[in-house]
Amino acid sequence: MAHIDEAPQPTTQPSRAVAPPQGREKKLPARDRLTVIVMVTIPLLLVLGLVWVPALLSVVLSFGKWNGFGDLDTIEWVGFQNYHDIVTIYPAFWPAIQHNLIWLGFLFLIPTVLGMLLAVVLDREMRGSRFYQTAFYMPVVLSLALIGFIWQLFYSRDQGLINQVFGTQVDWYGDPGINLWAVLVATAWRHTGYIMLIYLAGLKGIDASLREAAAVDGANEVKTFFNVIFPVMRPINMIVVVIVVIESLRAFDLVWVINKGRNGLEVIGALVAQNVIGEATRYGFGSALAVIMMLISSVFITIYLRNVFREERRG
Amino acid sequence: MTTETPVAAPTARRATPPARKEGGVLSKRRGAVATTIMAVLALIWLFPLFWALINSFREYDYTQANGYLSFGGWTTSNYEDAWSRGNFGLHMRNSLLITIPAVLLTLWLSSMVAFVLARFSYRFNLTLLGVFLAANLLPPQALLIPVFRMFREIPLPYFMSDSGSMLNSFWALILVNTAFQMGFCTFVLSNYMKTLPHEIYESAELDGASVWRQYWQLTMPLVRPALAALATLQVTWVYNEFFWATVLIQQGDKLPVTSALNNLRGQFFTDTNLVAAGSIIVALPVLVVFFALQKQFVSGLTLGSTKG
Repeated sequence: MAHIDEAPQPTTQPSRAVAPPQGREKKLPARDRLTVIVMVTIPLLLVLGLVWVPALLSVVLSFGKWNGFGDLDTIEWVGFQNYHDIVTIYPAFWPAIQHNLIWLGFLFLIPTVLGMLLAVVLDREMRGSRFYQTAFYMPVVLSLALIGFIWQLFYSRDQGLINQVFGTQVDWYGDPGINLWAVLVATAWRHTGYIMLIYLAGLKGIDASLREAAAVDGANEVKTFFNVIFPVMRPINMIVVVIVVIESLRAFDLVWVINKGRNGLEVIGALVAQNVIGEATRYGFGSALAVIMMLISSVFITIYLRNVFREERRG
Repeated sequence: MTTETPVAAPTARRATPPARKEGGVLSKRRGAVATTIMAVLALIWLFPLFWALINSFREYDYTQANGYLSFGGWTTSNYEDAWSRGNFGLHMRNSLLITIPAVLLTLWLSSMVAFVLARFSYRFNLTLLGVFLAANLLPPQALLIPVFRMFREIPLPYFMSDSGSMLNSFWALILVNTAFQMGFCTFVLSNYMKTLPHEIYESAELDGASVWRQYWQLTMPLVRPALAALATLQVTWVYNEFFWATVLIQQGDKLPVTSALNNLRGQFFTDTNLVAAGSIIVALPVLVVFFALQKQFVSGLTLGSTKG
């Protein structure tokens, strides 16, 4: 029944927190062991069945051609053909990649940096800090689909506030040259508060004495931030990087409510959906796109997990 | 999809208990500058919702004739209109029928895994946590095709869903949401459970309490604060979920409210005031949850980042 704190640790491996003395665990009575197995197995089956097995199947399907209507034996296996077609002749692919990259760059440069700055300032004793925090993270509780609708009140060509104020006739959601940026601004409205919240939590973990020591040494605010606070927030920075990358990769809701990811708003997430519930069902092709998404995300998921595990082992 | 990548974030370790003043006082002049900037930004941030609220109460004909920069034309008919045209009564009910079971199931299943992770130190603990956490971060689009096709093949008796299969059924959404949200909850709960003193289990064992009783009667009541915070967060996330609802539900009358918003938008003609009223209706439940349980909401997001 060794709890992690009590487990006798082999002194040769002090860094391994989990070195279970298997013998002691086996002391669980049979009934309890069964309980433990059931407690883990039910959730595990659900996550394997609905996440991991489908992930594997996506990989398998990506090597075939299938319209999804016939049985499995109607799949025609074509090797890497789908991947080849995606990068050579699928017109939406490279714009989508470009849009996802712009999405990523924009999220980093504006809302992420702004969110961090807001957190650093609001972490101070300041009158009304609570109110400001509430204002910034209120959009976080709204869905991105809903945000698409709310911002339509600004962006609509005939009835939107922006055109009415400036007397312009721009179709902010429709014009393929600018709709991506309109969408990004709407996203930033929500993303900033989210990042702020994460950093606020992170800053609460910083020992005030560190900051005081820096102040005593005569470091100014900016220096204190870069030399003291920023480095201590390293684990949080890592997490934020992972979040921003994954969010940019997943981008879907907003573009889907606007025009289902066409006409200037192509993103990978929407392309996959188009190939399944669009007019043409191309399962193999869609799966290959899905696998590309999975490969990109898996790099960052790995970084994230290593980060978490390092903390777990230390904890 | 989850519009959020849930953070299960390890942070800078707390060196001292939270008896810490906030990050120091600013000098007076700097304080004034900072306050002004913050006030302006906060107003900008509040404006979109404020604008939606204002225009949801204005007549379409009035704003068409006088422009949106005018003042007047007050009415509540947009709400009645939106409610009936968007069929929000039905969709709210759908959302409720999906969200409540999904959140309860998520909390129940992940608390069991979390309990095992916190209570015992098996060799597979980290792997297990990884399996759940990574699932949390995979882009849902990447799994769409197999899940979609699997659900089409899985028959459901008619008393469970009139579609006859998992596709177009609430069960599909409940299970998918649960599978995706378990990672975050498991992580947060197991960290929370690890802070409980281990002695309580030792005495429970002396009393002959089974593992199940240690979980259900001992641990669960003690982690109530974490459960409450997670429940708040999960309710908003599942309510806001858009991707799976859009692709797995093709029968219009079964859509949850977030995905049903499109009903308000004609193909060629959009009444912005109506859209505003619809948006406020859809936002209202989460805003109420947010304001009523703000503390829970924030602590839910940050629970994952502090390890007690």
